[in-house]
Amino acid sequence: MVLIDAKTGIIVQGITGHQGAFHSAEMIKFGARVLGGVTPGKGGTKVNGVPVFDTVADAMSLGPSASMISVPAPYVRDAFFEAIDSGIGLVYVLTEHVPKHDELDLYANAKRKGIVLVGPNGPGISVPFESKIGIMPNHIFRKGDVAVVSRSGTLTYEIVRAITDAGMGESTVIGLGGDAVVGLSFLDMLKLLGPDKSTKSIVLVGEIGGTAEEEAAEYISKGFDKKVVSYIAGRSAPPGKRMGHAGAIIMRGRGTAESKIRALTAAGVAVADYPQDIPALLKQ
Amino acid sequence: MNLYEFQGKELFRKFGIPVPEGVVVSQESELDSVKIGWPVVVKSQVLFGGRGKAGGIRFADDLAAAKAAARDLLSASLKGSRVKRLLVEQKLKISRELYLSIAIDTSRKRPVIMASKSGGMDIESVPESDLVARPVDTLIGFSPYLANELAPKLDLDAALSKQFSALLSNLYRLFDQYDAELVEINPLVITADSKLVAADAKVVIDQDSLFRHQDITGSYEDMTALENEARMKGYSFVELDGNIGVIANGAGLTMATLDSLLLHSLKPRNFLDLGGTDSVETVKNAFPLVLAAEPKAILVNIFGGVTKCDTVAQGIIAAKSEFGIDMPMVVRLSGVHEEEGRALLSSSGISAFSNMTDAVKKVAELMG
Repeated sequence: MVLIDAKTGIIVQGITGHQGAFHSAEMIKFGARVLGGVTPGKGGTKVNGVPVFDTVADAMSLGPSASMISVPAPYVRDAFFEAIDSGIGLVYVLTEHVPKHDELDLYANAKRKGIVLVGPNGPGISVPFESKIGIMPNHIFRKGDVAVVSRSGTLTYEIVRAITDAGMGESTVIGLGGDAVVGLSFLDMLKLLGPDKSTKSIVLVGEIGGTAEEEAAEYISKGFDKKVVSYIAGRSAPPGKRMGHAGAIIMRGRGTAESKIRALTAAGVAVADYPQDIPALLKQ
Repeated sequence: MNLYEFQGKELFRKFGIPVPEGVVVSQESELDSVKIGWPVVVKSQVLFGGRGKAGGIRFADDLAAAKAAARDLLSASLKGSRVKRLLVEQKLKISRELYLSIAIDTSRKRPVIMASKSGGMDIESVPESDLVARPVDTLIGFSPYLANELAPKLDLDAALSKQFSALLSNLYRLFDQYDAELVEINPLVITADSKLVAADAKVVIDQDSLFRHQDITGSYEDMTALENEARMKGYSFVELDGNIGVIANGAGLTMATLDSLLLHSLKPRNFLDLGGTDSVETVKNAFPLVLAAEPKAILVNIFGGVTKCDTVAQGIIAAKSEFGIDMPMVVRLSGVHEEEGRALLSSSGISAFSNMTDAVKKVAELMG
């Protein structure tokens, strides 16, 4: 198991919102054990047949180990602190536009308490068809042995769909988030996927900005016994311009696609020119 | 969001960071009532770096010279943009120039203090050996030991070290309380009478934090007119220098679309991410932005999830008739409701692909 499996009990903070209600229903269809939700002031109601509580402390009676946060950006910080203070061990933050200083606090406090933080601003985690947190479309998956780790949303679906269409399938698909300061990194995921028996090969979907791909490449170059292939978005991006994601920016010459592709190639990772080329690289 | 130097210095004053005496003027005549001692420095208020080299900073010994400088700077343009305001400050008697900044280190995921005893120049050209980077523990924040560590590396004596500690403490409070991505003082001047003074101020506030900083009225003058229009309409949009207009969904997929064009030696005119929408209007209203950039062809690349392909098709059809689009347009629709979407388009005479690589090849073919 990597992060979540069929037994993982999940609560949704912000379950009564449009996104929270729609996607928790899709998660349940996918096989996820969504135990309940939290929305202050809505305690005692039900959404998708599961109970809603006013506080995470109340929802702990259901025995959850993971929380999905889908609340507006100004409330993410409080929702996260509430989750980790109540004993939740894994928190996935879907919300986009969370202030960077809040993200620094989330990260530092996750480290302090030994909590797994994923995101903010990611599409979720899918383990076909055992469990799912987030908003990835259910129909693109097939159970298999390829893990996909990505900084994007839609581009991840594109690549997962290509893998599925090519007759292969996925073990764990995880979006790390498109922000500049996020929890789990490529390096953290390689360490988790290395010993995972259900994963034979790994796709790293990176993009410009930061140094997470270079750190992963360095780790792989020291000896990693699973096949790793990659796609890096942003070869055409000019320096100094934010390309949609808060983290996708080349600053002071750092974070270019060239630097990432060079580091990965040197570590023996094949880097695809087009997203659709990933299945062929996996089969090589 | 970048703040102008004068806005940054207002924040510095508020947090007790010493800055030179100065006033902001937008007309030459306003200088008549200026009551600061001569000589002065007249500084163009622009958001890009390197304004000194571009001729945007002048020195003046008296009122007549200051007025002449103001007239010049306010009537000319600097790197293509008009200068609307000048900051007129008392000229400092400089003994030494240092560099000091606090930023977010996205690799270490914590704040970082950067300091150098070689200030005043472009920080990119400061030798690595002269630059000290001290990561800050987020949960501790600033505490005086950090200043004690840094002061000897800046060759500060006991009196200056004391000033430096107070200044750094105040700068960190500003960084923290105003959600700054960067606070930079370059140069941090040691005056002839041994005082630390911030001669310049660069402050970048995290745009996503503005809901809790109602007092910050920044400017988006570093964006193009079209980028600003797109921002107001809620699209993620970047102008580029090619000639293929692009509309896609998701930042990663939009970047991948631009990259795929580049592999065919085609250059994108723009980055436009629709985001997660399922509204015909949102799709339709993206087109005027791309059309305003006057591309030679348009590529629409959608992977449907929350954004359903038939919704996108309806938006494209509405845009085509409403805005009279007659340039070549290639559409790729894949994912949720893709068949319905492609059927709608083909009945309107627009060909649609299911594969992104094929769509890009088609654009290349059309562009010859």
